[in-house]
Amino acid sequence: MLHADRAATRRSLLTALATSLATPALGQPALTLLNVSYDPTRELYREYNQTFAARWRAQTGQVLRVNTSHGGSGRQARAVIDGLQADIVTLALAYDIDAIAERGLIARDWMARLPFNSAPYTSTIVFLVRRGNPKAIRDWGDLLKPDVRIITPNPKTSGGARWNYLAFWGWALRQPGGSAATAEAATRQLFRQVPVLDTGARGSLTSFAQRGQGDVFLSWENEAHLALEEFKEAGLEIVYPPFSILAEPSVAVVDANADRRGTRAMAEAYLQGLYAPEGQALAARHFYRPRDTALLSANAARFPNMDLITVDGVFGGWAAAQRIHFNDGGVFDRITAR
Amino acid sequence: MSARFRPAHADAPWATLLVAGAAVLVAILLLALPLAAVFVEALRRGLPVAMAAIVEEDSLAAMRLTLLVAAITVPVNLVGGVAAAWAVAKCEFPGKRLLVTLIELPFSVSPVIAGLVFVLIFGAQGWFGGWLQAHDIQVIFALPGLVLATLFVTFPFVARTVMPLMQEQGRDEEEAAATLGASGFQTFWRVTLPNVKWALLAGVLLCNARAMGEFGAVSVVSGHIRGETNTMPLHVEILYNEYQFAGAFAVAALLALLGLITLAAKTMLERAGRRHSRSAT
Amino acid sequence: MSATLASGGPSHVAPVPGLGLTLGMTLAWVGLIVVIPLAALAIKPWELGVAGVVQSLADPRVAAALGLSFGAAFVATLVNLPLGLLLAWAIVRLDFPGRRALDGTIDLPFALPTAVAGIALTALLAPNGWLGAPLMAVFGWQVAYTQAGIVAALVFVGLPFIVRTVEPVLRDMGRDAEEAAATLGATRPQALGRVVLPALAPALLTGFGLAFARSVGEYGSVIFIAGNMPMATEIAPLLIVIRLEQFDYAGAAAVGLAMLLLSFAILLALNLLQRALRRGRR
Repeated sequence: MLHADRAATRRSLLTALATSLATPALGQPALTLLNVSYDPTRELYREYNQTFAARWRAQTGQVLRVNTSHGGSGRQARAVIDGLQADIVTLALAYDIDAIAERGLIARDWMARLPFNSAPYTSTIVFLVRRGNPKAIRDWGDLLKPDVRIITPNPKTSGGARWNYLAFWGWALRQPGGSAATAEAATRQLFRQVPVLDTGARGSLTSFAQRGQGDVFLSWENEAHLALEEFKEAGLEIVYPPFSILAEPSVAVVDANADRRGTRAMAEAYLQGLYAPEGQALAARHFYRPRDTALLSANAARFPNMDLITVDGVFGGWAAAQRIHFNDGGVFDRITAR
Repeated sequence: MSARFRPAHADAPWATLLVAGAAVLVAILLLALPLAAVFVEALRRGLPVAMAAIVEEDSLAAMRLTLLVAAITVPVNLVGGVAAAWAVAKCEFPGKRLLVTLIELPFSVSPVIAGLVFVLIFGAQGWFGGWLQAHDIQVIFALPGLVLATLFVTFPFVARTVMPLMQEQGRDEEEAAATLGASGFQTFWRVTLPNVKWALLAGVLLCNARAMGEFGAVSVVSGHIRGETNTMPLHVEILYNEYQFAGAFAVAALLALLGLITLAAKTMLERAGRRHSRSAT
Repeated sequence: MSATLASGGPSHVAPVPGLGLTLGMTLAWVGLIVVIPLAALAIKPWELGVAGVVQSLADPRVAAALGLSFGAAFVATLVNLPLGLLLAWAIVRLDFPGRRALDGTIDLPFALPTAVAGIALTALLAPNGWLGAPLMAVFGWQVAYTQAGIVAALVFVGLPFIVRTVEPVLRDMGRDAEEAAATLGATRPQALGRVVLPALAPALLTGFGLAFARSVGEYGSVIFIAGNMPMATEIAPLLIVIRLEQFDYAGAAAVGLAMLLLSFAILLALNLLQRALRRGRR
C-alpha cells in the first residue's frame, strides 16, 4: 500500500474513532429496531438490515438502526418472554411465536397478518457430510448405522433441531410397519449417536466443521450452503435425502413492545420488505427458498425439488407436536433420560 | 591467584545458562506466542480488513459500552475498596477476618457464576423479576446487569492491593494526625492517601483491565444484542462464531493492546512505589 | 496529655476516626455486591426440593463436567508449579539479558482479557496452528478440542499466580541458608532440595491454591479450545450456561453451588495443609 494511502487510512480511522467515541454512549440514535432472530440468519439479516435502513431513510429521512440478536429459536422466544425488548421476532417456527403470543405480547391472530402464514421464505433440512462422504450417508436410515455420529442442535433450545427431529420421525413412520412406537425407538437410537447438542444451529455447525466432530450434520439448507463457502478447505458436501420436511420460519411484530416504543410503522415495513422482490431476491441469495415462484424456478439449480412432508400433515400441527415431543416430560425428554 | 574464587553455594555458569534458557523458552512458548498469534491473525487478511472490523458500527458501539461499564464499575470498587482497606487496617472491630474473606471471595468464584447470581435475582424468574417487569425496568439484558456482573468480578482488586500496604504501614501516622486534631477525612486525604497512592493506582489499573476484559460474567447477563449489549470481548466472540476470524482477532488485538498498556503502566507504578517507600524510610 | 503518655499506662491516644463511616460503606458494598447475590445462589437450588437437587446433580453429565473442571485445574496447576518456580528463580536469582523483559511478561495472563487468550490459544493449538500442526505431524497429538487443550489453556491462566507468590519469598530468603548448607558440606542439589524447596513450600502451596481456584472456574480462556462434548470435554461453567439457556435456573444454580462448595473445601484443605507445614518446620 502506498505510504499516502496508509496515512490516509490512519487519519480516517482516528477521526472515526474520535467522533464516534465522543458521542454519548447508550440512548443514541433515537430510532432503533430490535429483531430477535434464530441462529443461522446472521448473514441474511446483516445485509437486509442495511438495505432496509437505507430504504427507510430514503423514504422518510429518518435515521434508523436495526439491531439483531441470534440464538436457538426456542431460547430466543423465552428471552423475549423474559423481557428482551424485541420489536420484531423472526424465528424458526410458528410455535415459538405462538408461545410469545400466549403471554399477550403478540396478538393471537398474528399469523394471518402477513402472506403465506407469515413465513416469507421456507427452508428444509439436508445432510452435510465430510469430503467424499466416507460413511455413505444418503438417507435418514443411514444415520442409524452403528459407526455414524450425528451432529444436531438441542431440540429444547433450537428450532432447526426440532425440524430435524420431526423429519427423522416422519421417515420412521414411513418405513414398513412404521408406528409411533417404532419411530420412538428409532429416534432414541438416533440421539444415542449424537455426541454433543449445541444450543443453536450455528453452534452445531462450529462443532461439525471447525471442531471436527461427528460424521454428518443435520443442517438447515441455507446453513449447509454457508458451510460450503466458509470451510472450503474441509471439502464438505451437501447430500439431499430423498425426502425432507418443509420448514416455515415465521416472522411477527411484537405488538406490546412495538406499540410501547412507537416503532410499529417501522416494524411492519421491515417485515413487509421481506416479501418485496428485493427482499425475496436477498433471501434467495442467502439460500433461503423464496415464496416468489418465479424466483424459485429461476434458482432451480440452487433449490432442487424435494419431496417434503409438513408438520400439519404428519403431526397435526405445531401445538400438538410441541406438546407431545418437546415440552417437559415429552418424548424427547423420555428418550434422552438416563 | 589464577583460579577465580566462587562461593560453594553458587551455580556453575552452565547451570545458570540452562535455567535462564529454560525460563526464556517457557516464557516464549507460553506467554509470547499467544500474544503474537493475536496480532498475526488480526493482520492475516491485511491491515485494511482489520481496521474495517474495528471502526465498524457494532464494534464502536461495543467499545463505548465497554468504556461505560468500566467507568461505572471502577470508581465504585475503588471507593468501596479504599473504605474497606481503611476500616481493616486502621480501626478495630470484630470479624475482620470474615470481612477480608468475603472481600476476596469473588476471586474464587467462576465468572459464569457471577453472572448467574444476578440472573437469579433480577431475571424474569428471579426474586425481583415480577416487580421489574411490572415497572418496565430492565436489569438483565441491559446495562445495569452488565455493570452488576462486572462489579462482582472486579470487586477485590483495589482492596487487595491497598489493604496489605495500609496494614504494613500501621496506624501511627494516622493516630498522630488524630491527636493533632485532624478530622477523619483530613487524615485520610493528607496522611494515608499519599502513602498508598502507587498501590492504589496499580489496583485501579488492574480493576480497569479486568472490567474491560470480562467475558464469562457479562456473557450470561447480556442479551447478545449486537450494537447494544455487547461489550468488546462479547463482540470478539460474536465475530469468531460468525467465522469472521480476521475481524475477531482485530478487535482482540485492540484488547490485547489495552492489556499491554496496563502491564507497562503497572510495572512503572510498582517501580515508582518502591522508590517512594525506599526514600520514605 | 504528655503526663499520660509519659506514664506508660493504658494509651489514651485517640483511635483513628472514621470507623463508623468506612465500616458502614464497606458493609453496604460487600453486602450488596457479594453477600446477597451469593445468598441467592445458595437458596435457589432448593426450589427443587432436596430430592430434586440430588437428582439434578446425580446426572452423570454433571459429575463428568465437575470432574473435568477440577481435574484439569489440578493437572494444570501441578504443571505450573515447576514452571512457575523456574521463572521465579530466573527472575530473582539470575542475571541475564532480557531478565527485565521476562519479568514484565509474567503478568500477561492477568492483563489479557480471557476471550482474547481463548481465541489466541485455540489458533495456536488447532490442528493447523503454529504449535498444533507440528505436534500433530511429529507426535500425532491433537491438542485443541481435547482435554489436553483445556489443560494447556489453564496452564496459561495460572502461571503468574505461582511466580508472583514465590518471588517475594525467594527474594527475602537470600542466600544465607544455602551458604550455611554449603559450608556444612551439602552439594548444590542437596542444598536446593533439602533447604530451599522446603522453605518455599508454603509459598508454593499458596500459589497452588490461588491458581487452582482461578482455573476451576475459568470460562473465557477455555470455552473456545474445549470440545464442549458432554461427558468428555464439557467444563462445568459451560454446563451452567447450558442449563440457563434451557431456563433451568434451579438446575444451573445447583451446579454453581456444587462448584463453589467443592472449591471452598479444597481451599480449606490447602489452608490446613499450609498451617501444618508451618508448624512442622518450627
